[in-house]
Amino acid sequence: MSKQPLQSLIHARGLVKRFGDFTAVDGIDLDVAPGEAFGFLGPNGAGKSSTMRMIGCVSMPTAGELRILGMDPVRDGSRIRARLGVCPQLDNLDPDLNVRENLTTYARYFGLSRAEARRRAEELLDFVQLRDRAASQVEPLSGGMKRRLTIARALVNEPELVLLDEPTTGLDPQARHLLWERLFRLKQQGTTLVLTTHYMDEAEQLCDRLVVMDGGRIAAEGSPRSLIETYSTPEVVELRFPDEADYAGKLEGIGRVDPLPDRILLYADDGDAAVAEVHRRGLTPSSVLVRRSSLEDVFLHLTGRTLVD
Amino acid sequence: MAHPTVAVLERHLHLYRRLWRASVFSSFILPVLFLVSIGIGVGNYVGEIGGVTYLAWIVPGVMASTAFQMAVGESTYSVLGDFKWVRAYHAMRATPVGIRDMVAGWMLYVLLRVVIAAVVFLGVTGLFGALLSPWAVVTPLVAALVAVAAAAPVTAFAASIDNDSYFALLFRFVMIPSTLFAGVFFPVEELPGQIRPLAYLSPLWHGVELSRAATLGGAPPWPVAVHAGFLLLFAAAGLAWAVFAFRKRLQD
Ligand SMILES: Nc1ncnc2c1ncn2[C@@H]1O[C@H](COP(=O)(O)OP(=O)(O)OP(=O)(O)O)[C@@H](O)[C@H]1O
Ligand SMILES: [Mg+2]
Repeated sequence: MSKQPLQSLIHARGLVKRFGDFTAVDGIDLDVAPGEAFGFLGPNGAGKSSTMRMIGCVSMPTAGELRILGMDPVRDGSRIRARLGVCPQLDNLDPDLNVRENLTTYARYFGLSRAEARRRAEELLDFVQLRDRAASQVEPLSGGMKRRLTIARALVNEPELVLLDEPTTGLDPQARHLLWERLFRLKQQGTTLVLTTHYMDEAEQLCDRLVVMDGGRIAAEGSPRSLIETYSTPEVVELRFPDEADYAGKLEGIGRVDPLPDRILLYADDGDAAVAEVHRRGLTPSSVLVRRSSLEDVFLHLTGRTLVD
Repeated sequence: MAHPTVAVLERHLHLYRRLWRASVFSSFILPVLFLVSIGIGVGNYVGEIGGVTYLAWIVPGVMASTAFQMAVGESTYSVLGDFKWVRAYHAMRATPVGIRDMVAGWMLYVLLRVVIAAVVFLGVTGLFGALLSPWAVVTPLVAALVAVAAAAPVTAFAASIDNDSYFALLFRFVMIPSTLFAGVFFPVEELPGQIRPLAYLSPLWHGVELSRAATLGGAPPWPVAVHAGFLLLFAAAGLAWAVFAFRKRLQD
């Protein structure tokens, strides 16, 4: 079999997943190129995990076309999975095996020899900085350590494509930054990453390209920068007022206005100029913050909702 | 390259390493204690059955029923737990390990446990002078057959349920009757005619009769091929059901 260079590691057209009458994924198109870091961003229930599970060949598409690594998940599921690394949204580590055994046991599922399994386990213990917990049971580990172990486990077969479903949810900032750094290293080694996240900063840090999912559909697609350029303004002014009066109306004309329960967002090309205009209109917000626009704003604009609830 | 089935077996053995001390009592010591107390104690009242001592008569029965109980006992909470709490099978699902590998790896593990227990039991009862025929050496094979015939359907059952309270039903209405009415402690001919067919349906009865024929050196009530065929059929149906149940549980 000749190995042709693949244009898309993941190729989906009109991909649908239904659970009974409920449509979790509603006809999405995707293409992920080798070496890319690709993200799914979306609120709870958007269909991110359902999509990831189809890509990971553990859930069968209800309709549409899906090819992973150029193969058909239904026919070649096992051969595809051999080349994937999967970090599921919920850890499913073996609580009665210790940290090292979790890695070696999993490595054996991929057909690695015992010696190779041990070698990989040692490498990965260092990679996720769990060396000093190698002989520890899994149960007493902190949530962040378990997450790191799950990610290490996903890498045990040196996968070409790594699927990470909310890799850093529940981690403290320090653990999250460590993981980002590790994932970035993987990417530099040429591994293709696909991840889901609720965190805008994570998506901006890690993803070359991302889709915003909502209600099973793709609401927007592009690089973090291009999404911000398309769906937001370079700067955002966050205004808080001491009372509940209708300030949104009084801000009309300065820029797009988005009233949130606790603050009002004002989208502007030049934040300082917008603030000057607010003051010129005689408004006296109790606090003013000018910041660069982020994916959060894109998300808010596209779905009318904040991302982390 | 290691076969995925072997990798699954290894995982179960790895876990067993943590538990083996606790299981020594139930797998090795308990059956022997049981045998001594019933066989020698009760045997004094019962006298002989079919021309042999009661001890010699129940040894093959206890061996087959130990295999049966181990197979059933192992295949309940462990299997359900690996789906429901540990999610070990969900973890395997994301790897090249296939459904058949999961079932086969588990069955091999149960087989290994049962056969080792059977061999130890055989050795101990040999020392008691309770084995009357050289054919006794095939009893671990019979125990293996009983183990798969029992473990496969119970594994399938455990993979199909969502709540461990169903196991109480399994123990009460399947496990205990099939142990009591399977010719372990008294010949099934002494059962009332209406209940006797239940014994014929129990894989344990077929295993008991095969074992007894082997250790006493006689012929079982039905042809050996029929007893063995029944056990094989039960095992095959159970395995098919288990593969179906695993697949159903892991798909969505
Ligand atoms: N096995 C299932 N059976 C029935 N419904 C399901 C199943 N899995 C997911 N769903 C439903 O499909 C929808 C999408 O779920 P999914 O897990 O893909 O969302 P998500 O984007 O990953 O959300 P989250 O951010 O909360 O993880 C949800 O409404 C969920 O209830
Ligand atoms: Mg999810």
